[in-house]
Amino acid sequence: MSVLPKQAVKAPSPPPARPAPPGHYLEVKNLSVHYGETQALFEVSFGTEKNTVLALIGPSGCGKSTLIKAVNRILELTPGARIDGDVLIEDESIFGQKVDLISLRQRVGMVFQRPNPFPKSIYDNVAYGLRIHGVKDRSTVDDVVEWALKHSALWDEVKDRLRTSALELSGGQQQRLCIARALAVQPDVLLMDEPCSALDPIATGKIEELIMSLKQDYTILVVTHNMQQAARVSDHTALMWLGKLIEHNRTEEVFTNPKEKITEDYITGRSG
Amino acid sequence: MTDEARQSIETARRKVTGKTKAPLWAVLFESLVRGITGAVILVLFFLMGTILVRGGGQITPEFLLQAPRDGMTAGGIFPAIMGTFFVVLFMIVMALPLGVFGAVYMVEYSKGGIMSRIIRAAVNNLAGVPSIVFGLFGLGFFVLFVGRNLDHHIYGVPRTAEEVQAVQAEMAPLQAEAREEAINLADERGITDPAELDAFVEAYVEEQTPPVPRTVFGQGAMFWAAATLAILVLPFIIVATEEALRAVPPSTREAAYGLGATRWQVISTVVLPQAKPGILTGAILAVARGAGELAPILFVGVTFFTPGLPLTEPVNFGLFSVPVVNPFEEFMHLNYHIYTMATQHHDPIGTRGIQFGTTLVLVALTFVMNLMAIVLRRRYSKKS
Repeated sequence: MSVLPKQAVKAPSPPPARPAPPGHYLEVKNLSVHYGETQALFEVSFGTEKNTVLALIGPSGCGKSTLIKAVNRILELTPGARIDGDVLIEDESIFGQKVDLISLRQRVGMVFQRPNPFPKSIYDNVAYGLRIHGVKDRSTVDDVVEWALKHSALWDEVKDRLRTSALELSGGQQQRLCIARALAVQPDVLLMDEPCSALDPIATGKIEELIMSLKQDYTILVVTHNMQQAARVSDHTALMWLGKLIEHNRTEEVFTNPKEKITEDYITGRSG
Repeated sequence: MTDEARQSIETARRKVTGKTKAPLWAVLFESLVRGITGAVILVLFFLMGTILVRGGGQITPEFLLQAPRDGMTAGGIFPAIMGTFFVVLFMIVMALPLGVFGAVYMVEYSKGGIMSRIIRAAVNNLAGVPSIVFGLFGLGFFVLFVGRNLDHHIYGVPRTAEEVQAVQAEMAPLQAEAREEAINLADERGITDPAELDAFVEAYVEEQTPPVPRTVFGQGAMFWAAATLAILVLPFIIVATEEALRAVPPSTREAAYGLGATRWQVISTVVLPQAKPGILTGAILAVARGAGELAPILFVGVTFFTPGLPLTEPVNFGLFSVPVVNPFEEFMHLNYHIYTMATQHHDPIGTRGIQFGTTLVLVALTFVMNLMAIVLRRRYSKKS
């Protein structure tokens, strides 16, 4: 990892303006995924812009999680998974030969369905990403941990017990800790795989607020089962159905004026 | 509710709750099972009780802290306790890294490949080999092959009959020359008494000719015994480590990979720390197993009697210098001590007390180690 975030520590200052790329910020092109013989994704294509939230909705097993796991190539850890097609971030393929898996995953952070903190202290959880990328300087790590915890709205709850085990936190706190852990390595894109499915409504509310505020600095892809949640937090919504992308549009459009019959049935609860 | 309905409900209830009389075979079977269980427990109690009662009286500071004396009819078993301790210590130091790395390879690197299948088959077969075969292997491989060759290449010890002859042929003229000189010298000094003359010549020859190379590695030794035991317990450590590694939830691995960790970082910073209690449990059980074995070490270094621990010359540690355990010497062992006292000693009846005392020490040692494993496992399962 080249950049370490002295500047990010101070404030989430806007990143240096790059010339606007011709395509979308993040673009998925004809992405197909097979698990052995079974095909889980069928030529999915869509794009999403910088500093927006895209919600992926759809019934269980429709390929939402598979899709976002392909974006940081963590899908490749699943035995038997085969990926065809391409994913571009700022017009650069993530499957390219020059792409370093480690810096890709540093750039594309991920928050999982169930909170999965390491059985280490709160501090060590957040510092983990920095340490594996070779940051040793104590005060830098301290600063980044504090920044990441503040940024994930957890600081006030844990600042007095950073050295206690992360497993003692509640589920919602653990999930925000996982977000802090992902933020600490300074990603550009955040993938969230049903981040609230294991949480109670209050914790869910906090995570949703967090998603909306994180949008200023990150490009977010969030998978959700919960259509109200998609409506609340996202700018764009994409409906997946049996491994295919059915509809992708601005969230209000999808919910108020769906183009496809499947979408209408799904969001009104007649199917799925 | 009608009486009829009530009656049928009552019947059904009786069927369900089993108020009806059990058939005769069920009663017989139950008492048979109870009886066998009771017998097993009884045997255990009898065994432990005998050892405790007859060995307990033996345990004194002298017994624990002194070497045997008076032709092994008195004194203690200190060298045997320490021999057991150190051979097991060396064993686990060798077996643990090997076993853990082997398991890490199988679980984390080769997912179901041909290599891992071969290793797994080898491990399973290794666990089934009778322990005396390990002993023969230790003698043949470690002592005779590795040890003898080390001796040959480092100290020039001859290995074969031809090499022995060659050394003798080389030495013969030197010895003859020295002998002649000695006789002349004795003449000059006026030594005439035949016995005195012989002694003088022998001493002179030995002094003047180069020493015959001595075996250092090519003999039974604590180190080879530990290596043999290490192979014996390797399957246990591999299997325990494998289980511990597989018990680490995939979600925490994913979390680490998702942050950009390399495979090695995931293993070293996430997987191994979480698997540590399980690995330690396996290691302790392996130690208990290794401490209880006699057959594998029978030919590779265990001995009837040493006056104390095999020690080296004092080693300088900067501030102080103390002798350390010399792993290339023969050693005493509790198991072998029990065996020799019971079967090889000239007075096996008279040394019964020592036999029971030694047995008690051995049982206590393995019991403590198993207890440690249980405590570790309990603590581990509470955490997760």
